[in-house]
Amino acid sequence: METRNVYVDHAATTYVDKRVIQSMIPYFDKVYGNPHSLHSFGRVAQKAVNDARESVASILHCTPKEIIFTSGGTESINLAIKGVALSKGSGHIITSKIEHPAVLETCKYLEKQGFTVTYIDVDKYGIVNPNDIKKAISKETILISIMYANNEIGTIQPVWEIGTIARKYNILFHTDACQATGALSLDVSHLYVDLMTLNGSKMYGPKGVGILYRKKGVQLQPLIHGGGQEFNLRSGTENVPGIVGFAKALEYAQKEKQQENKRLVALRDNFIKKVILTIPKSVLNGHPTERLPNNVNISFLDVEGESVLLYLNEKGVAVSTGSACSSQSLEISHVLDAIGLTHDAAHGSIRFTLGKETTKNDLEYVLSVLTPIITSLRRISPVKVKKSEIRKT
Amino acid sequence: MTITHKTEVKGKNGENWLYSENVKKHFFHPQNTFKSQEEEEEFEKNADGIGEVGSPACGDMMRMYIKVKNGKIVACRWKTFGCASAIASTSILSEMVIGKTIDDARKITPQDIVQKLNGLPLRKIHCSVLGDKALQKAIDAYEKKKK
Ligand SMILES: Cc1ncc(COP(=O)(O)O)c(C=O)c1O
Repeated sequence: METRNVYVDHAATTYVDKRVIQSMIPYFDKVYGNPHSLHSFGRVAQKAVNDARESVASILHCTPKEIIFTSGGTESINLAIKGVALSKGSGHIITSKIEHPAVLETCKYLEKQGFTVTYIDVDKYGIVNPNDIKKAISKETILISIMYANNEIGTIQPVWEIGTIARKYNILFHTDACQATGALSLDVSHLYVDLMTLNGSKMYGPKGVGILYRKKGVQLQPLIHGGGQEFNLRSGTENVPGIVGFAKALEYAQKEKQQENKRLVALRDNFIKKVILTIPKSVLNGHPTERLPNNVNISFLDVEGESVLLYLNEKGVAVSTGSACSSQSLEISHVLDAIGLTHDAAHGSIRFTLGKETTKNDLEYVLSVLTPIITSLRRISPVKVKKSEIRKT
Repeated sequence: MTITHKTEVKGKNGENWLYSENVKKHFFHPQNTFKSQEEEEEFEKNADGIGEVGSPACGDMMRMYIKVKNGKIVACRWKTFGCASAIASTSILSEMVIGKTIDDARKITPQDIVQKLNGLPLRKIHCSVLGDKALQKAIDAYEKKKK
């Protein structure tokens, strides 16, 4: 088979949809006013931001005032978690062990500032048990932050069940929905969230733009002070083209998700089945069905992920791995650690995340180059792990 | 712009890990590896020394096999679990030792391996240390067997 470029790392980021690019273009050199300005240049820019906000709000089933535009997932998460923490002053936060570093590092920082944090375990699929959250709640608990879908293994969390518990105990609930933005329902009235983070760069929208949904009445301290934009919660001149592009991307992604998800799930499941059948000692990480439609995460036992990634890259295939080099040794991802994989199994993990343009032929090509790569790396590997020994005991 | 798939990898903190051409050569075309299961079994049976270090839990694992004749290493094979620099380090080391006397092979240092590879990214230096240790262990095993 001819070498082809196959980008299957859409969970890292996607390209920007052409229709989204088109929608953004006027806002670079035609409608370039500052939304804060009173003249008509400013007014049209303001209208563009307002329209975008309304469009996003209608998808989330909330009011426009509940949407705060930010510079992306990391900022929204910081605003949600630190914003609540600073406004409360002290207290206890509940999160999970498999959150994105944007959540985990923010929580660690708050621990240094005197807050306490409980990091909930997950099961072998990476799913949080809502009961564990209930048990972790104390009088001091001020916030629960659990991701909607995991970026590494694609596991989807029972967000509304956690939301129900949070409501019952009157505790604020934030969900990091960065990976769910394009694929799952974002109706906040059903999810029972008080705060929700979305970003543009994983749903064919622009990078460096996201939102924080903040339910009316939720008190947040701003992290960025200045001119008072975004309801005084996020100062700084708005990224107008980015905001317009974000709203367009969300609109298309949500409108087309049903059909696209169906296509992706079929591709995904077929690819998983074929890989597991073709390559011995390959194991799926994450849940078989409660997973993002585009996520495939497989451990190839006895080989190391970075090597696989680089060999695949030579063949034009872009993936990511849960194995990463640090100064002293190879480290494994905290997510694979949390689902109980041994180092041996975690080192061989490769994440393939499909996208709108990924075809069956692309995936057949991936499998055709992957198989000999695993075989030749196994030939030079001294490790022999049994499939029954991939979990910590 | 077209993307060319040159292997240039960046570290998590953004620092460049650009592998040297020599690392890439040995990573993508490893030398002195077993070509078949049969060869491996035969070599393992007749090896004069085998040395193993590391484990997947610490990230890298290496095993070196040597055959010695008249005090000289005449053949070497290896197996490595690890990243590109671990594989490249063992591959180049296997080339370095063949033809060397045991005494000269003893003198090889991790720095020699790094030099031969035209450098390793700082955070990957430990790979060369492991390769060297595996070799020293194989030599130890050979000398113990001789006695
Ligand atoms: C689950 C999750 N949360 C947060 C982020 C951070 O988003 P951003 O890169 O837009 O700051 C990402 C993206 O890497 C993500 O996948």
